[in-house]
Amino acid sequence: MLEISNLACNRGDHLLFSDLNFSISAGQLLQVQGANGSGKTSLLRTLCGLVIPAMGEIKWRGQDIHELDEKFYAEMIYLGHSNAIKDELNAVENLRISAGLAGCKLDDKQIIAALRRMGLRGREMLPVRVLSQGQCRRVALARLLLINVSLWILDEPLTALDVSAVGLMQELIGEHLANKGMVIYTTHQPLEVAGVETQRLALS
Amino acid sequence: MNQLSLLGLISLVVRRDLVLAMRRRADVLTTLIFFVMVVSLFPLGVGPEMEMLRKMAPGLVWVSALLASMLSLGRMFSADYLDGTLEQMMLAPQSLAIVVLSKVLAHWMVSGFPLVIIAPVLGMQFDMSAQALWVLMITLLLGTPILSVIGAAGAALTLGLRGGGALVSLLVLPLCIPVLIFGAGAVESVVSGINAGSNLALLGAILVMALAFMPWITAHALRISLE
Repeated sequence: MLEISNLACNRGDHLLFSDLNFSISAGQLLQVQGANGSGKTSLLRTLCGLVIPAMGEIKWRGQDIHELDEKFYAEMIYLGHSNAIKDELNAVENLRISAGLAGCKLDDKQIIAALRRMGLRGREMLPVRVLSQGQCRRVALARLLLINVSLWILDEPLTALDVSAVGLMQELIGEHLANKGMVIYTTHQPLEVAGVETQRLALS
Repeated sequence: MNQLSLLGLISLVVRRDLVLAMRRRADVLTTLIFFVMVVSLFPLGVGPEMEMLRKMAPGLVWVSALLASMLSLGRMFSADYLDGTLEQMMLAPQSLAIVVLSKVLAHWMVSGFPLVIIAPVLGMQFDMSAQALWVLMITLLLGTPILSVIGAAGAALTLGLRGGGALVSLLVLPLCIPVLIFGAGAVESVVSGINAGSNLALLGAILVMALAFMPWITAHALRISLE
C-alpha cells in the first residue's frame, strides 16, 4: 500500500501543491484530476521517486520509497507521456528489453500473445517507426501485461487510443484491480471500470 | 527478487545499444571519418618534412582521437532521454550505475574501438616505426575507454540543455588532459628510445579509477538531469 503524507512539490520557484495526504491499497483505483499545469505529471513522477518532493513522505508498505529504492521499483511500473519505445526496433524487441530491465525473462511467444491482446496482430515484427501514434501507445501499454507488479502509475494512458483500445484498457485495469493491484492514473477522458469505485484526487 | 544477474544486465544493455547503433550507422561512421580526416589533414598542411611529422605524430593522433570522441558524447544519452527510455531505465529494479557502465561500454565499442584499429594506418602517414605504432595502439586501447567513461558524466550533466553538445566538450576536455599527456607521452618515449612502461601504467591506473567511480557519478548526474 502506498501512503502519501504532507506532500509538497515545487516546479522552479512555483509551488504546485502542498499538504497532500492520501493512501491507496490493494484493489483500489485513484484518478488524479486537475487542469493543465496543475501538477498531475509532477505528482506522478514524485510518486515514482523521479522527483524529490519539497516536503512530505511517500511510503510503500510502511517504508520510505527513497530508502527502498530498487525494491520499490521491482513492484511498480510507470507509463509516462512518452512511450519509451525505440523507433529502430520492432515491437517484440522493444518489449523484450523493457521486460528484461524489469527483471522478467520472457520468450517471444508471451510477448507476441501480449501484443495480439493489445490488437497488434501482424504488427509484431515491424519497426515501431512505421506504426501510428495509437499503435505505439498500444505497444507501450503491452508492458502492463508482461511485467507483473502490483502498482501501476499511468500518466494519460488513453492518449491517441481509439474507442476499442480504451475499452481494452478498462478491461485491463479491471483485471489488475481484481488481482489485488493498485492503479493511479490521470486522464482527461472518461474511464470507468465496472464494479470499482474510482477515488478522485483533485489538484487545484 | 527481480534482479537480473550482473552479466545478464550488462549484456542486455550492451546488445540493445549495439543493435541500435547498427540500425543508425551514419552516426557511428561520423566519429571514425572525422578522426581519419583530421589526422590526414596535418601532413597535407604541414608539408612532407619527415623529421617534423615523426616528432608531431603521437601528440597529433592523440589530440585528434580526443576531439573525435567528443563528437559522439552528446548522443550517449540524448536519444534515450527524448523517447523516455532513460526514465524507464531509472525506474528499473537494477542498479543505474551498472546500466550506465553498460551504455559506456557499448559507446566505446562503437566509437572508441574503431579509432584504436584505424590509428596504425594513420600513423604510417607520419612515418612512425612499427614499435611506436604498437604502443600507439596500446595507449589508445587504454585511453579511449577513459574518454568514454569520463565523457558520460559530462553528457549526463548537460542532458536536455540547449547547446549541450559544445558544453560537453568544454566540460570534459580539461578532465581528459592527463589522458592526453600520458597517452602521447608513452608513444613519444618509445620514439626517443625510453621505456614507455610508466606512462602505460599511469594510463591503466586512470582507467581502473575511472571505471570504478565515474558510473556512480554519472548515475547521480542523470538523476539530477531528469528531475
